[in-house]
Amino acid sequence: MLATRAIAAPARRQFLGAAPRASTISLLHSRRGYATAQQDRVAKFTGQKDSNGKYAVSLIEGDGIGPEISQAVKDIFAAAKTPITWEPCDVTPILKDGKTAIPDAAIESIKKNKIALKGPLATPIGKGHVSLNLTLRRTFNLFANLRPCRSVAGYKTPYDNVDTVLIRENTEGEYSGIEHVVVDGVVQSIKLITREASERVLRFAFQHATEIGRKKVRVVHKATIMKMSDGLFLNVAKDVAKDFPHIEFDAELLDNTCLKMVTDPVPYNDKVLVMPNLYGDILSDMCAGLIGGLGLTPSGNIGDECSIFEAVHGSAPDIAGKGLANPTALLLSSMMMLRHMSLNEYADRIEKAAFDTLAEGKALTGDLGGKAKTNEFANAIIEKL
Amino acid sequence: MLSRPTARAAKSLLQATAQPSFQLNAARSFATVQSDIFKPTKYGGKYTVTLIPGDGIGAEVAESVKTIFKADNVPIEWEQIDVSGIEESAPTGRTEDLFRESVTSLQRNKLGLKGILHTPISRSGHQSFNVAMRQELDIYASISLIKNIPGYETRHKNVDLCIIRENTEGEYSGLEHQSVPGVVESLKIITRAKSERIAKFAFSFAVANNRKKVTCIHKANIMKLADGLFRKTFHEVAEEFPTIKSDDMIVDNASMQCVSRPQQFDVLVMPNLYGGILSNIGAALVGGPGIVPGCNMGRDVAVFEPGCRHVGLDIKGKDQANPSALILSGTMLLRHLGLDEHANRISQAIYGVIAEGKIRTPDMGGNSTTHEFTKAILNKMENSL
Repeated sequence: MLATRAIAAPARRQFLGAAPRASTISLLHSRRGYATAQQDRVAKFTGQKDSNGKYAVSLIEGDGIGPEISQAVKDIFAAAKTPITWEPCDVTPILKDGKTAIPDAAIESIKKNKIALKGPLATPIGKGHVSLNLTLRRTFNLFANLRPCRSVAGYKTPYDNVDTVLIRENTEGEYSGIEHVVVDGVVQSIKLITREASERVLRFAFQHATEIGRKKVRVVHKATIMKMSDGLFLNVAKDVAKDFPHIEFDAELLDNTCLKMVTDPVPYNDKVLVMPNLYGDILSDMCAGLIGGLGLTPSGNIGDECSIFEAVHGSAPDIAGKGLANPTALLLSSMMMLRHMSLNEYADRIEKAAFDTLAEGKALTGDLGGKAKTNEFANAIIEKL
Repeated sequence: MLSRPTARAAKSLLQATAQPSFQLNAARSFATVQSDIFKPTKYGGKYTVTLIPGDGIGAEVAESVKTIFKADNVPIEWEQIDVSGIEESAPTGRTEDLFRESVTSLQRNKLGLKGILHTPISRSGHQSFNVAMRQELDIYASISLIKNIPGYETRHKNVDLCIIRENTEGEYSGLEHQSVPGVVESLKIITRAKSERIAKFAFSFAVANNRKKVTCIHKANIMKLADGLFRKTFHEVAEEFPTIKSDDMIVDNASMQCVSRPQQFDVLVMPNLYGGILSNIGAALVGGPGIVPGCNMGRDVAVFEPGCRHVGLDIKGKDQANPSALILSGTMLLRHLGLDEHANRISQAIYGVIAEGKIRTPDMGGNSTTHEFTKAILNKMENSL
């Protein structure tokens, strides 16, 4: 403890000295558009319609059950007459200069369309293999992970009326990937928090809260222990909050959030939660657990240039090709995608049909305790449309 | 609960380290694990135990423990130290002195009962006293016992899990620095020696308490080196305990499973931060931090404190706090001293009062005060004589 004190004291002085400089630097960084966020949206969708008045969307069907659930989504979209054309692309990883990379064709497709929908990908197991999800995030700089969880009527869990929205910083924090062995048996893993990345995701959080009509944004942190790193995240949040006076801002310790959410998630229904990478990873999956698992939760990875919406569940190779898979997660993700593209009316219609079908409980897939096939479930939704 | 793990645990640890297959430089330090903890100070037939009530609700619940222990003529002399983590609560400079005093007292008495100390968020504030105390006394293993209390209904039934958490390194190393303004690095340290120590503790605990399975919680898919080391060491240790089943799970999945099917877990062992998260999720499953007991075990010192560490500043002084967690932690302390009769009488009285359901504190849905609850326990103990 004495030692840390000794380090902390000069660090504190340094911080004070650095404070005025910090502000100019953050201004420099924010040249890209964060300073003017009140006018400019972060991560705005900039895709253009083609000559037929339709948007092209890159579709990564994924492995395992991916093709089946993608087909279900395509059928439903066709029935709802959404102005979208699918552009299938293959992301089977290739090795480029010794690093995992996705094929250029896929990168070009997504860069051109600015938007993609993605099924589950099987991460090849092997030493030093960076997961494809991580590669995608890094390639397109998808800085925010948006994870709403809403109770599905018709699927009973111990928790009712869950409706949480969680935003997770996606590029740094504990998942910076910076690790080393100091001496044999001693490993350091570095959690990296930067003002720039924090500000970006926090602005997105406030902006998203405004868009979905929530009045409160809450930062989840552990700044009691990690005073500098989580402290920085918290301080940036306080600064950003000043630009959004219509949104109520507060902060909560990670421990309290875990405790209260699992005790009773309902008080979180009017808030948007935003947090660093690891906490977001854990809490978003925990929220999914509250409503019945990853098969029912959508996810969006938001970036400035483009955004990828995905089902976060596994590729379930054991039931692949049998028509048993539940397409709900991918379908809900595609609803988020439509809203991101400002095609809200289509999203609302399909979403209503989907939730009604689930609530009726007549055409449920096996994982929800029903007997319906993937296409029967999709057809039931189409009928509702 | 923590039924006589002492002798057996020590024995099995000795056996484990005696095996020649384990050629780690750490062997020396583990041979004596626990063999010398259990020599608490005893004068004139009474044990001296350090009592640190802590902040928030600490004073009230500690009062309750003292009353109950006194009523049962428990041969314990309290050495109370009112250290506080709230800066203003003590005259300048006294905070640190009291903290030193409490550490010295614990070193002398080898046993303590402790509430939770507040940790300020501000950067000018001190390091967490809770963490500092654990690091200084090397009380490396934190145990939280999470079990449904009969008669108290929660959303989940038949939960009976035990969270063992590494207490002295990991994310709580306190090593942080600002490389340039706006860029902060926080170090997570994982060492083989401490990973091995906690894994051995977990397995010994499982053996001593008739548990069937130990699950290692990690995030080795992302933190390949740090959590990778923890996981690898765990599996190496597991080979020495063939009677106990072992497996591992990624922390986000574990959180999700915990809220959907907590019954699948038995003993869980994990690095520091995940322990904080999961013990809070766990506490929420069975009814909150007011009823989850716990302890921190080290080589020389054992400190018993509520298993889900909440200060409770919001209900401080309102006579609403639930003293069960601290009382039950106190009964663990009694069992640790071999005073099983006292422990049984007190814990049966608490469970009896809760099961009857007439007198409960607000956190359990009742409207009784701390004093009324304490009184009900006293009455129960009197009637059982």
